[in-house]
Amino acid sequence: MNQAVGAPLSRVDGKLKVTGQAPYAADHHVDGVAHGVIVSSTVGAGRITGVDTGSALAQPGVLSVITHDNAPRLPYRPYRNFLVPPGERLHVLQDDQVHFFGQPVAVVVAETLEAAQHAASLVDVAYDGRPPTLDLTGAPTNEPFSYARGDAGGALGSAAVRLEMTYRAARNHHNALEPHATIALWDGDRLTVWDKTQYLVGAQGELAAVFDIPVEAVRVICPFIGGAFGNGLRCWPHTVVAALAARVTKRPVKVVLTRRQLYFGVGYRPTYEYSVRLGGDRQGRLSAMTHDARFETSRYERHGEGIQALGQMLYETPNVSQTFRNVPLDVSTPTWMRGPGYSTAAYAIESALDELAHELGVDPIELRLRNEPDDDPASGLPFSTRRLRECLAIGAREFGWHKRKPEPRSTVDGDRLIGIGMAAGAYHTLRGAARAYARLTAEGAALVQAGASDMGPGTYTSMTQIAADALGLTMSTVRFELGDSTMPQVPPHGGSQTMASVGSAVQNACDQLRQQAITLAVTDERSPLHGVKAEDVIVRDGGMRVKNDPTRGETYRQLLTRLNRTHLEVIGSYAPPQQPRFSTYAYAATFAEVAVDARLGVVRVRRMLGVYDAGRIVNPKLADSQALGAMVGGIGMTLLEHTVTDRRDGRIVNANFADYLVPVNADVPDLRAIYLEGNDPDADPIGVKGLGEVVMVGVAPAIANAVFHATGRRVRELPITAEALL
Amino acid sequence: MFPFSYTKVSTVREALAAGQRGGRFIAGGTTLVDLMRETVERPGALVDISALPMRHVRVTAGGGVRIGALVRMADAAVNRTVRAAYPVIAEALELSASAQLRNMATIGGNIMQRTRCAYFRDVSAPCNKRRPGSGCAALGGYNRTHAILGGSEHCVATHPSDLAVALTALEATVHLAGPAGERRVAFADFLLRPGNTPDREQDLRPGELITFVEVPALPRTSRSGYLKVRDRQSYEFALTSAAVALDIRGGVIRTARVAAGGVGTVPWKLSAVEQQLVGRRPSAKLWAEAAERAADGAQPLEHNGFKVDLLKHTVERQLRVVGGNK
Repeated sequence: MNQAVGAPLSRVDGKLKVTGQAPYAADHHVDGVAHGVIVSSTVGAGRITGVDTGSALAQPGVLSVITHDNAPRLPYRPYRNFLVPPGERLHVLQDDQVHFFGQPVAVVVAETLEAAQHAASLVDVAYDGRPPTLDLTGAPTNEPFSYARGDAGGALGSAAVRLEMTYRAARNHHNALEPHATIALWDGDRLTVWDKTQYLVGAQGELAAVFDIPVEAVRVICPFIGGAFGNGLRCWPHTVVAALAARVTKRPVKVVLTRRQLYFGVGYRPTYEYSVRLGGDRQGRLSAMTHDARFETSRYERHGEGIQALGQMLYETPNVSQTFRNVPLDVSTPTWMRGPGYSTAAYAIESALDELAHELGVDPIELRLRNEPDDDPASGLPFSTRRLRECLAIGAREFGWHKRKPEPRSTVDGDRLIGIGMAAGAYHTLRGAARAYARLTAEGAALVQAGASDMGPGTYTSMTQIAADALGLTMSTVRFELGDSTMPQVPPHGGSQTMASVGSAVQNACDQLRQQAITLAVTDERSPLHGVKAEDVIVRDGGMRVKNDPTRGETYRQLLTRLNRTHLEVIGSYAPPQQPRFSTYAYAATFAEVAVDARLGVVRVRRMLGVYDAGRIVNPKLADSQALGAMVGGIGMTLLEHTVTDRRDGRIVNANFADYLVPVNADVPDLRAIYLEGNDPDADPIGVKGLGEVVMVGVAPAIANAVFHATGRRVRELPITAEALL
Repeated sequence: MFPFSYTKVSTVREALAAGQRGGRFIAGGTTLVDLMRETVERPGALVDISALPMRHVRVTAGGGVRIGALVRMADAAVNRTVRAAYPVIAEALELSASAQLRNMATIGGNIMQRTRCAYFRDVSAPCNKRRPGSGCAALGGYNRTHAILGGSEHCVATHPSDLAVALTALEATVHLAGPAGERRVAFADFLLRPGNTPDREQDLRPGELITFVEVPALPRTSRSGYLKVRDRQSYEFALTSAAVALDIRGGVIRTARVAAGGVGTVPWKLSAVEQQLVGRRPSAKLWAEAAERAADGAQPLEHNGFKVDLLKHTVERQLRVVGGNK
């Protein structure tokens, strides 16, 4: 039997999805469900002075209009998990304060969605508004996060070459196709929610705290996610609104955010100003780098993300200083979006490296090779694996880097200037404690469960592959289930840690189950395997065989039937090392070719290549979905995506898919991904380093550097649009 | 969405009667239904005209073409007469919207589509077009995509149609049926600049219905085409666009028809550019000289100043594409 792990298998849930049978959050059928529609504030800051619900309540089918005037006071017991930012989360419909444009100020519950929508448009809210503070520049900041090694200031002063640049990146929204949605059902003091979430445990804990009920009294169900990109990691206000409305109306209530509401009802990638100073010698060896960044957050929570690591460990830089300032504004709280922090930092750092390469006349790849560290310069730890050199070399060869004329604006194709750029990237290999349940039945089939999510990477499929190989079963005889808080707990489905953590727990569970079966067989006198040493037994084709005598063995079905056992079961687990002995990151080298019509200010990406050192690749077909998808997302981040805020009132001006531009198929050219063969045994038991984030880290600077190479013009602001190039 | 009634009519007479009673016509519904969902449009009665016999493209006695108001965009774009005689129309249609929308949307509806101004589409924002007298949020707000030509202190929203730019260039006429009979309006007069009444967008009397659009014949030797500049390659409205038709015989430009989109509150006929071209010999220098007049009278706003140069470059490029690079 062929190994499942490593094979480019199609998704086990693919048919369910393409036939519309996979239930997303709003699709679950719950008897007697009523529909809740949220009314969003239309001022950016201030106070609600009155809510006239008369016309809304007069509409046929309307059950209730809940506002801060009549909502029950919710306990909002303090609750933290490591994904909840410091501060105090928004207490929804609890007072008259408006913190940001679009904040929920009422919810209408009705028998039908149409009645609820119409009535919601009739709720008349009066405000005492004030102009919100929205400008990142100049606003007071929270206590900065700082890091220093060596003496960056001194080293810059004596450096032969010094550069100083400021880069800006626009606010981006995740814009998953599936809208955030919640169905809430109370049974006495027990609450069940069908929710779009990447973290069942987080939603469960938060709801328990808000309503002050035991965690065990909350059940969260989320078998499928239609894209999330980080926006499902927190429990957002609408989930509480749904539970609150269900409690008030004594009905199950479904709340689905509208596309417009998705621009302020959930999170976003914050806007940044990121200043870099770097110094080095004429050969391009970096002696110093400073990072000063400002990024937005709300007034009630302090958002943080992985903005520090790249500046500390991507290059061998003896002197580094970092100051990252969180700027509280009258906005909703940002959240993690694919490659959070890293993607933005990579844009600044890898653009700066490209500027240095140009300044010195050194090839951009060569410049990076000259600054490769031997050990992690931040922690001093050895790298478990760091194969960035290989990524760069293979990428250069496969992309035809050597054919690139180094001089900017030197390649012309008709009306278009052609440019090629590259960037490096890395993302920390996150791992968290995870458990998994596994059962082997007398029918010779396996059921494996973990309270994980699958927002698109193919968790269903990859876990099935791990289990199938560990048990010697075919893919079709293994069923993997996820998405229910009654299942064993796992870490959040984010930060590229699901494969490493849940995968290792599934591996452990199935290893144990296999050992149980083998032990039963070799100790059973009626088994053909009786007396064989356990370590000499292998599993394949639904049963156990002697390694050197494959004709000798029996199936699981034969074993369990004979022993009169309906099934065997175990709980497996994985715990990350307490004291890391290695610095473990996944690495990327991204290459892009662009064509710029300089007269028309139009940039088109022609082709892209990513080369990744991500440890073992469990399924290259699923991996391609991740890598190519991130390139598409990166094209958006670099050339199109920009959440526009009206500075007068905080309104999100382009809160729809016609005005917030994401790439369409025509914008997505020839994309290719290459994964280095091998694995990282020090990362985790299954040797993976995480893929879903690192593939995004470096896409923006690769494209931006290509635009510079094409045009000779350095645009230090994302997205790069016509006005910057004309 | 506000409650509404729905009736489907099968004759023009029934449609006009329903229109007179205040009904709003609907065919493909690709604009109107969106706007009803956003509660921007709140018609009490919808009159579905999609069964009316206005689905044909016919050659006129004068050698022009009549395109029925209910011809789908996708059908018009592949019509052999349209493709052969008016590539500029076919290209404008194919660069519009998405394949799915073009399969639903009609020619009449395309002309009648309303602006993409984000403030117009957000009922919580002031908008003189949506709520006369409430003010214009775009003037002091985010106006990157707004008009640099034809605006007023009350409204700077662009007309979004690509087809309308081609029809403006070609000097088409709109044919209307109404309670008081039929009439025809030159395309340039049909769509109205905002002035003091931005809520009035067309020269359309109560209950009137577009029956067809007539495009006059072009000289057989004409060449035409449409260029659309936008941030992404498909499924986006124009930052700038240019519809160009040139008749060049004996090395001399005999007629020139040029209009621009994405820049005006209505499709913008570039008469000054046309005048520069007629009677002269094609050359890169001429294209640049003529295009220099494309933004005459432009009044850029805070975020759309780049459109002035972009418009000139767009026109220059499309003159070259259609007129050649001699």
